[in-house]
Amino acid sequence: MVRWLTVLVWGLVWALAGAEAPAQAQDRFITLASTTSTDNSGLFADILPRFQAQSGIAVRVVAVGTGQAIRLAERGDADVLLVHHKPSEEKFVAGGFGIRRYDVMYNDFVIAGPAGDPAGIKGVVRARDAFAGIARGRHLFVSRGDNSGTHKAEQSIWRASGANPAAGRGKWFREVGAGMGAALNTASGMNAYILTDRGTWTGFSNKGSLAVLVEGDPALFNQYGVIVVNPARHPHVKADEANLFVAWLTGAAGQAAIAAFRKRGRQLFTPNANPSTGN
Amino acid sequence: MSDMGQAFVLALQLIAALDAELLEIIARSFAVSLAAVAIAAAIGLPAGAALAVYRFPGRRAVIVLVNALMGLPPVFVGLLIYLFLSRAGPLGFLGLLFTPTAMIIAQAVLVTPIIVAICHRLTRDLYEEYRDQLCSFGARPYQAVRTVLWDARVSLVTAVMAGFGRATAEVGAVLIVGGNIAGLTRVMTTTIALETSKGNLALALALGLILVLTAIGVNAVAMSLGGVSAYRRG
Repeated sequence: MVRWLTVLVWGLVWALAGAEAPAQAQDRFITLASTTSTDNSGLFADILPRFQAQSGIAVRVVAVGTGQAIRLAERGDADVLLVHHKPSEEKFVAGGFGIRRYDVMYNDFVIAGPAGDPAGIKGVVRARDAFAGIARGRHLFVSRGDNSGTHKAEQSIWRASGANPAAGRGKWFREVGAGMGAALNTASGMNAYILTDRGTWTGFSNKGSLAVLVEGDPALFNQYGVIVVNPARHPHVKADEANLFVAWLTGAAGQAAIAAFRKRGRQLFTPNANPSTGN
Repeated sequence: MSDMGQAFVLALQLIAALDAELLEIIARSFAVSLAAVAIAAAIGLPAGAALAVYRFPGRRAVIVLVNALMGLPPVFVGLLIYLFLSRAGPLGFLGLLFTPTAMIIAQAVLVTPIIVAICHRLTRDLYEEYRDQLCSFGARPYQAVRTVLWDARVSLVTAVMAGFGRATAEVGAVLIVGGNIAGLTRVMTTTIALETSKGNLALALALGLILVLTAIGVNAVAMSLGGVSAYRRG
């Protein structure tokens, strides 16, 4: 029994030491709450090491939906927030959770669907008309249903379309309540229409017979913003490091790194920060 | 089908290449789960044996509860631990959220009921066998707990391995409390979930195969240790 316990205790000590070692190796770090769309694209893996090399600050990315990322930041579980739903971001700042919001970059959403296009939306100019067409024919549509930035963009297009997808819930309107990648896997599996951000779409490997059908509508514009969590509300927030990061990201070096990032030969994000005019 | 074939080839390639990042993720998975199981065993084995030996009011209710808790949904445990460790939560000042320690806590919570329940079942029968003898020696209950634990040690390996299996296979809780941060809290299961969400199904499947292989290895080692021990007892 005693030997058993000794083995257990030593196992514990060893395992804990092993598990915690990397944490101690990076003394200076900030936690960035961000979205799956930016992380899954590989953007952070590409640009964050550059910031770390320059500043000595490691950035730990927790990639969740925009809604959940904002909740994390509101509770003080992150130092910086980088998401893509401007109204929610402005509400976050107005609520005193963040100090100031800065534009960082943009890309766009696209409507993907079965290449055969039973709803006949290929080349439709307005995203809302395409959605209306999908609803009219009751064609399968996969909705994120997870309160993410993409889900919110999807909802506003539905509102503009005049259609009522809720009526098709459980029938042609399938809310998966999952991240972009998981939703794309579902859409690919059931040959359904789906709204996706271009970054995740380009990096996604399981497209099956899905293809981009609608793109280029201004309503499909996808702006990303960055906000430092307010240290007045959460004193443990590493505001100095976080501010350094935001200054880098919205400054010349960070913006150039974003522009230089390529996935499958394509630029995925277009930098558009204007650090003098944060809003 | 091509995904399956591709996955096998990829798994072999990954193993052959001894990819540093993959090795780190496997090592982290093991370290976290091992620590969680060590904590769970340190609590669960004595607790399970005590449940077999001691008689107290409400004992049956505790046994039912422990057995029910074996089926705790990992996401529920993850959320609970998240709310405790969040900066806005009661233990937020510790700053443990999104660290391996948080993952260890979550897994320990999931695994402890499994070890308690299985250990109780195994030591109960043994205690029935020993009771009269132990009583005639005038053994105190805590001595009886030690005796049944020691004599059941070979079969108790199963309890610990069941716990270890649950810990390494679990994804819902560690995803919430660990955050799947690359190089810090990314383990095998969260990597598999991530690669699946990127549509890299073959890679995800290959990682799953490696997880299964390592689990087989660990169980084989545990079994052979148990076998050696049983042999020595002769």
